[in-house]
Amino acid sequence: MIALEVVAKLLGCLLVFLTVPLLVGQMEHKAMAHMQSRLGPMYAGGFHGWAQLVADGVKFAQKESVVPARADRRVFELAPAVALLPYLFVLITIPVGPGQTARDLSVGVFFALAVVSVGVIGVLMAGWSSANKYSLLGGMRAGAQLMAYELPLVLAAASAAMAAGTLSLDGIVHAWRWWWLPYQGIAAVVFFVAALAELRRPPFDMPVADSEIVFGPFTEYTGLRFALFLLAEYGGIVVFSALTAVLFLGGWKGPFFEAQLGWLWLLLKTMALSFVVIWLRVTYPRLRADQLQKLAWVGLVPLALAQIALTGVVRVTTS
Amino acid sequence: MATGDLATADMVLNIGPQHPATHGVLRLALTLDGERIVRADPVIGYMHRGAEKLFEVRDYRQILVLTNRHDWLSSFGNELGVVLAVERMLGMEVPVRAVWLRTLLAELNRVLNHLMFLGSYPIELGAITPIFYAFREREEIQAVMEEISGGRMHYMFNRVGGLKEDMPAGWPDRARAAVRRVRVRVRDDIDALVRGNEIFRARTRGVGVLSRELAEAFGVSGPIARASGLDVDLRRDEPYLAYADLPADVLRVVTRTEGDCLARFECLLDQVYVSLDIAEHCLDVLDSLPVGPINVRLPKVVKAPEGETYAWTENPLGINGYYLVSRGEKTPWRLKLRTASFNNVQVLAELLPGELLADMVAILGSMFFVVGDVDK
Amino acid sequence: MTQVPGKGLVHGLGVTLRTMTTRSVTQEYPHVRPDLPPRSRGVIALLEENCTVCMLCARECPDWCIYIDSHKETVPAREEGARPRTRNVLDRFAIDYSLCMYCGICIEVCPFDALFWSPEFEYAEHDLGFMTHERDRLREWMPTVPAPPADVLNAEPAKEVPS
Repeated sequence: MIALEVVAKLLGCLLVFLTVPLLVGQMEHKAMAHMQSRLGPMYAGGFHGWAQLVADGVKFAQKESVVPARADRRVFELAPAVALLPYLFVLITIPVGPGQTARDLSVGVFFALAVVSVGVIGVLMAGWSSANKYSLLGGMRAGAQLMAYELPLVLAAASAAMAAGTLSLDGIVHAWRWWWLPYQGIAAVVFFVAALAELRRPPFDMPVADSEIVFGPFTEYTGLRFALFLLAEYGGIVVFSALTAVLFLGGWKGPFFEAQLGWLWLLLKTMALSFVVIWLRVTYPRLRADQLQKLAWVGLVPLALAQIALTGVVRVTTS
Repeated sequence: MATGDLATADMVLNIGPQHPATHGVLRLALTLDGERIVRADPVIGYMHRGAEKLFEVRDYRQILVLTNRHDWLSSFGNELGVVLAVERMLGMEVPVRAVWLRTLLAELNRVLNHLMFLGSYPIELGAITPIFYAFREREEIQAVMEEISGGRMHYMFNRVGGLKEDMPAGWPDRARAAVRRVRVRVRDDIDALVRGNEIFRARTRGVGVLSRELAEAFGVSGPIARASGLDVDLRRDEPYLAYADLPADVLRVVTRTEGDCLARFECLLDQVYVSLDIAEHCLDVLDSLPVGPINVRLPKVVKAPEGETYAWTENPLGINGYYLVSRGEKTPWRLKLRTASFNNVQVLAELLPGELLADMVAILGSMFFVVGDVDK
Repeated sequence: MTQVPGKGLVHGLGVTLRTMTTRSVTQEYPHVRPDLPPRSRGVIALLEENCTVCMLCARECPDWCIYIDSHKETVPAREEGARPRTRNVLDRFAIDYSLCMYCGICIEVCPFDALFWSPEFEYAEHDLGFMTHERDRLREWMPTVPAPPADVLNAEPAKEVPS
């Protein structure tokens, strides 16, 4: 019975992992298009191109999967999986309703942050094993970026955990109140910006900057492996948006029916944050690698520390 | 090697001839130390079509077809240089309507050219949206250009002695409306989205500073030179067409002194407004002109008399010159082409060393060149 | 320029959001036909009846993409005592659009109004060889030739009025 439940929950997670990123992808297609005065996909599937990503998937599956002759074959082939799977694992710990988690961990925050960082290893592997100068430069940039952004990410999450007094993600949502918005606002912004950088999304997309290093670590990838990297990117957007929603926006909390409709509130918040991710991509140019480092160390880290200090003071004085 | 040091080697990275950052087939052989550029060699000629040699076996009308194409973003400006040279050799008086209409179309062409770069430059820096706005505005003006000339890029509208045809009825109003719409939207969309953006400014300010001396030494011209404080604009300094008759508050020469990427971009952006103002002024003048011809009736075969002349014009990207040597035939004996992009690109070898790879695209993009104009 | 830091960033977000709420400019081309002006240089139509095989177009073409073959035919004298005349009969008139640069010089030089611009543009082919339009195909473009637009009022009136 328990085994069956676990399998069902895992399958549910997999299903979410395979569909919600596509929703975000489609939203990116359409929202970006309209922000640029275009229409975006209009034909695939008939109605406003809803099946465009399905068509893309079929196209990717048909393409030849090329491994460069000088590439480190096994590492090259393994990299997409390493980039993709961590996001799937994090999804397991995200609470979609009061007590409704595929697997609630008492150290959920730690687990989530530790695992998402593994995804960058996949990018590094891809960059190193491709035997391509552009890929190598991109991989190095991705690595450097991770170093810079892991700290503000963890500090911001730590502030939320301190405020809630628990490391469990479900517990944090339980403890969340509306006045956390101003109270944990700085941490929320720091977390979100750091997440953008960790996702290599514009304006922090130097590792894949097409005008400089073609497509960075993914330059040599084709077919399904390339599609997996793309899925990892959109899966990452979903996971980080969901994490931001859970930590700072009250996760499954909503105006009514929290027990039944918790998943809906979380999904809405996640999609709204994903929209912001897309919006930023459409609007901004990319920073330079050193400017990004400066932003992290001079901007985000002090802000996150100030937030932690604030949270600490509030906790000590109110308890 | 000191103990503890890792052995490092410079890396040679080819940017181009096939690379997303190079519009066309310019190749930059970069020697990199980490992400810092040690040496940069622009390798040109991948698109050499022998334009000057082709000129020598074509008559003056056929040459226009080719001049349309070396800098495909400034077709009208290129045509102008040739017809001005031939008209000067022939001592031909061009009808006043043609003079003003040429001025108008040259300025609209300038706007088209600048909009292209105003869109493509942010792309180099990772901003993907301005190009769509720029192309939306280009479409407005291209529709106007197509209605009068029949072409969207290669207008083929100049003829020795004037223009091919007069304006169709209603065209001046449509042109005026397009100019008005473009001015508003360039200001509200492209200008608002890019110019004030802190990330954009951080990426471009102080990057790739081209000194006035270097610009002079390399013969850099156009908006790039003016961004470095080299205040040269042939429209004002050696007026051709109707530029001499434009009031000074219409023909403003946009200059900057910083010489960095931001200054170059701002020069381009501000020149769009100036060109739109000139276009509007020309439209007003054209409305008030009396009935008259748009071209001169030519003999069956146009032969430039023996001799030589040099006609240069302020093309959108800089000074575009034609040195015409005629031996009295219907084809030129020699037609030397001086293009703006060719000189502007040469300075990259001086500008790039010492910069970061990420700044390379910012600098490359801000040199506003057309590869066909470099390779001829 | 001193301003509030981040003002440009916020402003930019406003621009893209505003654009999202306005109508996009995309024309869905195969379903929505572009509205092309009469002067558009799309394809060259041939009115064979007017062609006298003078070869001017073929000679003036900057890349020599017009192919003309003809032979001479003797026309018997119309009235008694007159000499029989010879006239040129067109055997082949073809334009190779894979070479054509769309300059319109051929149309301009044609002294007998046998060539016209048409704004039609949908004649892409899968093979370069098919880009050569023979005279039948060029004739088929004739119905698509629009009437020339009227000029502005202060333009010089045309010397010859098209019939």
